[in-house]
Amino acid sequence: MSAVIEMKGIGKSFPGVRANDNINLTVNEGEIHVLLGENGAGKTTLMNILYGLYTPDEGEIYVKGKKVRISNPNVAISLGIGMVHQHFMLVPPFTVAENIVLGLEPKKGLSLDMEKAIADVEELSKKYELKVDPGAKIQDISVGMQQRVEILKTLYRGAEILILDEPTAVLTPQEIEELGVILKSLVSQGKSIILITHKLKEVMSMSDRVTIIRRGKVIDTLKTSETTMEELAEKMVGRKVSLNVEKAEAKVGNPVLQVKGLRALDHRGIEAVKGIDLEVRSGEILGIAGVDGNGQNELVQAITGLNKVESGEVILNGKNITNLTPKEITDSGVGYIPEDRHKRGLVLNFSLYENSILGSQRNKKFKKGMGLDYRKIREYSRRLIKEFDVRTPNERVNARSLSGGNQQKLIIARELDREPSLLIASQPTRGLDVGAIEFVHQRLIEQRDKGKAVLLVSLELDEIMDLSDRIAVMYDGKIVGIVNARETNEFELGIMMAGGKSEEKH
Amino acid sequence: MESRMDEIKSTLRNTIKEILYPLTAIIVSFIVGGILVYAFGNNPFAAYKALFLGALGDLNKLGETLVTTTTLILTGLSVAFAYRCGLFNIGAEGQYIMGSVAAVWVGWAFQGLPSILHVTITLLAGALAGGIWAGIVGWLKAKVGSHEVINSIMMNYIAMNLSNYLIMTALNEPGKAFSYEVAPTAKLWRFAESFEQFKYSRLHIGIIIAIIIAFIAYYLLNKTITGYEIRAVGFNPSASEYGGINVKRNIVLAMVISGLFSGLAGGIQTAGVQYRVNNLFGLTGYGFDGISVALVANNNPIGVLLSAFLFGVLQKGGPMMQIEGIPKEVVGIIQGIILLFVASNFVRITVQRYKENKEIKSYMKKEEVK
Repeated sequence: MSAVIEMKGIGKSFPGVRANDNINLTVNEGEIHVLLGENGAGKTTLMNILYGLYTPDEGEIYVKGKKVRISNPNVAISLGIGMVHQHFMLVPPFTVAENIVLGLEPKKGLSLDMEKAIADVEELSKKYELKVDPGAKIQDISVGMQQRVEILKTLYRGAEILILDEPTAVLTPQEIEELGVILKSLVSQGKSIILITHKLKEVMSMSDRVTIIRRGKVIDTLKTSETTMEELAEKMVGRKVSLNVEKAEAKVGNPVLQVKGLRALDHRGIEAVKGIDLEVRSGEILGIAGVDGNGQNELVQAITGLNKVESGEVILNGKNITNLTPKEITDSGVGYIPEDRHKRGLVLNFSLYENSILGSQRNKKFKKGMGLDYRKIREYSRRLIKEFDVRTPNERVNARSLSGGNQQKLIIARELDREPSLLIASQPTRGLDVGAIEFVHQRLIEQRDKGKAVLLVSLELDEIMDLSDRIAVMYDGKIVGIVNARETNEFELGIMMAGGKSEEKH
Repeated sequence: MESRMDEIKSTLRNTIKEILYPLTAIIVSFIVGGILVYAFGNNPFAAYKALFLGALGDLNKLGETLVTTTTLILTGLSVAFAYRCGLFNIGAEGQYIMGSVAAVWVGWAFQGLPSILHVTITLLAGALAGGIWAGIVGWLKAKVGSHEVINSIMMNYIAMNLSNYLIMTALNEPGKAFSYEVAPTAKLWRFAESFEQFKYSRLHIGIIIAIIIAFIAYYLLNKTITGYEIRAVGFNPSASEYGGINVKRNIVLAMVISGLFSGLAGGIQTAGVQYRVNNLFGLTGYGFDGISVALVANNNPIGVLLSAFLFGVLQKGGPMMQIEGIPKEVVGIIQGIILLFVASNFVRITVQRYKENKEIKSYMKKEEVK
């Protein structure tokens, strides 16, 4: 096997960070090579260098044995390197064929030769078994299909080496499986693939070799068949981590949250929650699974008072809290870890101590005369910082200066310290590294074991399956089914996430 | 445990930090202005000497400078306060005018009151009128989402024409193009009444009021729940909503408070300096200067005190440069350069770049040693 890509001694610095440090990477022809690492480890930076989006500070790149200088993406494309970004770059009202030929349109005289474009796309699609319809509009096809269009775009431009950045983040389990098949078929026809991911499962199922990057440095390159998930996790994080969430049997009590026939609109005024009934009882975690954009956020915001309830009821501990103000709902005992910590959860330009009382700023215990008792507030925040192990020089720095994991710890500390009877955690581990994820999971289970009701919304199916006692699957604003977490599997949930019914079993 | 002393120290340190960047920008502006003066064929040292002597040369001159400073402190506070809630109050001008008119009416219409009471209600009327004028803009923003900049600009012209109408009708001094004079009981105490040294200046108690207001504004913003919520809304409305803060209510509130300051500026100018309101041919400019003052002060109420003084010096000292044969437009140029430098934040950016470069270099060195 010969090497198609060799990167030698690559280094790249950004202000204050050494993103890549003396990185060596070899990708062989016809293999699927995974770059594994936590968020911010430097994987994407390295690939952006290979694709010509960044110039390295030092190091050399060889493509098929020839030394090259990739100064911009056009050079990369001409060398046969194609990249599928995490966020697709497609024109929604255009057809699949139009998107694929965009910028390289076949011409007949002065006009676009649409027939040839469609024929080309069909041929490519057949060759690699991608099964896309060239005439369909992007806005009408599923995310999984859109991803295939992105892959086709690179193939149309003659890519021999494909880079895929976190390709599974937006897919259902079934679509992930199909992607695996597609990648294998691409490889069997001589393509080479570099896959960026932080998900261990996919490394094991999809790759031939894996290179682990931590803090900008290559830790190791291994054959997938000769390693285990545990070993990979340890190398990725730099210490032993437990991959399994351990939890005791749930001691389920009375219903804490009851949602009846709830309907709500999204920000465009279109109905996003279409009549939802659910119940969360004390001592259990109810997980809401679903592909992004199926009404999960709108549901949570309707419960927490951030979004208006059009019809239906929200009942907390027997008390109707429908359409109360966010403050009243917080005061009735709802804690909420929002899905977007920068937009919702924190005022980034506020200090940590100011953030630590967001939502309880009117609480009597922080009052002194006419003003706020900032001395007490700072003491309070120091306690939270200590108890929840927020890594920060002091409580006076701005929330902006903390890492994502520490920001999330501060939010969790603040919400849990109010002792809510219902905790809503919306994508609580998004963008966090393995260590912080472990911490968040432990805290959620702790709350459950204390007899609190926990409503967990997550796009990560593994997280839902590991933590939940019961799982409700949302599709198109409705709950497709509620299943017992012990009695279900990824396959069944995947069908429901795509809108299919499961046999009802509660 | 942190002691009270440490706390004060850290507050002080932060304030100095906040002031340091604009201060450097100001010094650089004066140097650049000096080079310009030199390029025009004049002696920069003579020019600056004339400028500072003209503004600060003796107590009377200082007094006049402080008269201007008083107004600028209040309009500056007005703009700064609104800005901390994420609102750009261009309407300080109109609020100032409404404050003047309300004050002149109360100062004239209520005769025979004890002075302390009359002065108080005169100033309160001014503040209130400004507060209402700004409140309308805030209410429109909260209610229908119309932008405060557009509305407050329009409200400026409504205020000017409404003021002119009232001055030429209900409040008109017959046969004149200005209003009645306020009653002697509504006039603010002047330093000249007790201190011979200030004989030729109109310096009045308003400067003390303005300074107190600045400290109140600082306390309100940084130490109270209201201030906490207003700043939270200014930085991040979504997170504020999540934190149970009524965003719309705070927008209206911040505008009203901002308007109170501008209205008070108008009231103080009327009760302390002019005693009447003139028929205006154009806007007074005090409100707009307030924007510059707030900008240079980085919207910090205490910083406003200093930057208002700086602008007071420039405005009062400028004409004196003319006597030295230097066009007074130079002052306008220096003001412009100061704003440009402060607004572009170039000092901060330069310092940061320098620090970052140093950091990278030292990191690379460390790595090499390894």
